[in-house]
Amino acid sequence: MALLQIAEPGLSAAPHQHRLAVGIDLGTTNSLVATVRSGSAVVLPDEQGRNLLPSVVRYAPDGSTVVGYAAQAEQSRDATNTIVSAKRFMGRGLADLQDVGRSPYRFVDAPGMVQLVTRAGTKSPVEVSADILRTLKTRAEASLGGDLVGAVITVPAYFDDAQRQATKDAARLAGLNVLRLLNEPTAAAIAYGLDNGAEGTYVVYDLGGGTFDVSVLALSRGVFEVLATSGDSSLGGDDFDHRIYCWVLEQANLHGLTAQDTRLLLTRAREAKEALSEHATTRITALLSDGLTVDLELAQATFHDISRTLLDKTLLPVRKALRDAKITIDDVKGVVMVGGATRMPQVQKAVGDFFGRPPLTNLDPDKVVALGAAIQADVLAGNKGGEDWLLLDVIPLSLGIETMGGLAEKIIPRNSTIPVARAQEFTTFKDGQTAMSIHVLQGERELVADCRSLAKFVLRGIPPMVAGAARIRVTFQVDADGLLSVTARELTSGVEASIEVKPSYGLSDDEISRMLTESMTHVQEDINARKLREAIVDAESLIAAIHAALEVDGDLLAAEERAELDGALIGLHTAIATQVTREVNAATQRLNQISEPFAARRMDRNIQRALKGKNIGAL
Amino acid sequence: MSADFSQDHFALFQLPRRFRLDNAALDSAWRTAAAAAHPDRFAAAGDAEKRVALMQATRINEAYQTLKSPLARARYLLQLAGVDTAEETNTSMPPAFLMAQMEWRENIEDARHGKDVAALETLTRQLRGDVKALEDELAAVLDDAPDHAIAALLVRKLRFLEKLDQEIGDAIEALLY
Repeated sequence: MALLQIAEPGLSAAPHQHRLAVGIDLGTTNSLVATVRSGSAVVLPDEQGRNLLPSVVRYAPDGSTVVGYAAQAEQSRDATNTIVSAKRFMGRGLADLQDVGRSPYRFVDAPGMVQLVTRAGTKSPVEVSADILRTLKTRAEASLGGDLVGAVITVPAYFDDAQRQATKDAARLAGLNVLRLLNEPTAAAIAYGLDNGAEGTYVVYDLGGGTFDVSVLALSRGVFEVLATSGDSSLGGDDFDHRIYCWVLEQANLHGLTAQDTRLLLTRAREAKEALSEHATTRITALLSDGLTVDLELAQATFHDISRTLLDKTLLPVRKALRDAKITIDDVKGVVMVGGATRMPQVQKAVGDFFGRPPLTNLDPDKVVALGAAIQADVLAGNKGGEDWLLLDVIPLSLGIETMGGLAEKIIPRNSTIPVARAQEFTTFKDGQTAMSIHVLQGERELVADCRSLAKFVLRGIPPMVAGAARIRVTFQVDADGLLSVTARELTSGVEASIEVKPSYGLSDDEISRMLTESMTHVQEDINARKLREAIVDAESLIAAIHAALEVDGDLLAAEERAELDGALIGLHTAIATQVTREVNAATQRLNQISEPFAARRMDRNIQRALKGKNIGAL
Repeated sequence: MSADFSQDHFALFQLPRRFRLDNAALDSAWRTAAAAAHPDRFAAAGDAEKRVALMQATRINEAYQTLKSPLARARYLLQLAGVDTAEETNTSMPPAFLMAQMEWRENIEDARHGKDVAALETLTRQLRGDVKALEDELAAVLDDAPDHAIAALLVRKLRFLEKLDQEIGDAIEALLY
């Protein structure tokens, strides 16, 4: 479990101790890790001083896993075992990938998510991403000199539930405690807004390696409120490379390339794209495996022509987001550019033309997301920041369920502020019906077939009744990470049945712990000792937090409630003395449960105090 | 069991329970309450507090959504007064209203066929004018001289108009994107 210390709001448990937390931008092309050091956010470089980590993982012939520049250097020679842009495959089935043909990989379809065949065995995109995250974790711990309490990982705002869950699974697999999944444009807005003291409505245009996001945010008095978000989770800088690649094939009249040649030409295409951000023309040269030489000159103007439709494609989500936010171009105070692909002059020009003003580019578009994530991580880890600010984010895509006739009915509309929950009641269709199937969907389209299927589950054990008499309440809860959980209850029978649904593509806790155990080289005793140590740290933190809370708000408890709580506290002390992990965890859980009404009352009091404008410091 | 969920949405934000609402006051109260209960404030807290924060923040957002939308707010006020607006079951409408509905639909259909976004946007503006007039009527029968039966009818009418607004929005989106 998490080695988090519990800090009562306002009461720092250990004021001199800075908790090590990082922000990670897990990008399609490059990834970064950043932290807040002495009050300012900085990207942590590797030993050679390089900030970026290419999101490339190679499963080498000697059985080792190579991540970053060294893997990138081999990608043309060993294309099938060197995975680039794994982010594009996160939470995606084979049917979702329109561009399988242009990848040199051997895909296998698996339930929920595609897998890749490598010499190190079949790898899921979650495992590949975990390898990248593990490298960044090691870099951060070496650089900061200690264990991390947690990380904020960024995801494209337009990622759906499957893609978010996959990202969280990858982080857990890498041994990272996820403090929060944060939307990339929102992270950029935090870094930008806190840096510039911005107020007003801003648009964040985030064109990354493989994803495009646009968010409209209102910044006022330290509140970052996302008004609307839109995007395309399979459009990015890679597509510009691909346009150049296709142009090369056409100009040089090439057909039936090997995986290695495809990779080589895609690399040359990327280099040409980068060169054209600085120069008017560039040369593309390559020696193919059959001895043929490619030697072409590409002009900026030609590149603009062949990529124009991609730019138009980014402006559709921009229009949609403005419409959803109920604002016009005139209301926009500034446009923040994020993502390496926004370095292309034609992108800056297209955005500038659309908004009638030059976009803001004063922060490094490669770093800004990681920096924003680091600032958020620092706050979430309990390191009191100088500024008091708050983030209110939204869910990017509507959530719904399947109804009669293959139609999708929306339960939670897109752009609802999270956390959000909606309950819907259903009833039985036939006399004596004891089970009901519920299909959860995400997307904006009317037909079930056009939406993403998140989960299908069957609610059993409904007491037999006449048709229409049973009342089943299904609750959809989206948490602050944008992740969904569904619970269902039958209300008429005195007994309430309740189930928790994990979307089908997510890895179960058991699978995660199996993968973790497999990847760990420790002997079993070490693991057991570590588990006990973690359990005791958790327990002691909880005890300290409850004592602190009782001191401030003890008056909220009646005498018998106080006695019950004291009993549970003693119970936990006793359990710690046994040095048995299971006992400690059970007693911790019991204390958590018993203290919940107390926590609820304290929060009510705090909200009411906050509304009355009293300065309670704690919040 | 958990937080005090018996409180109504108005009391939660310490606002007077009525239809005419100071939107700025609502926005500000929501931000203050959301800031106090947001799960980000409890990321380093115990499980119990995290659960409570999630529930409270969810409830605060729900209350805000309900009070922000005039239709949802009117429906909620009636519900607090024990009046069912019967939007699914009671579909009888004054003939003049139904005629106006048919006209709206024809106009939307024509604009859609003609791929005329400007016409659709003009329709949106006109419709919003009608919505505003209905909201003023609602304020009178909810706040000034309470008449629940008329208020319930107005809620049903307003719901029709919201659906039209949605249809126009969908049509514009389908033409633009």
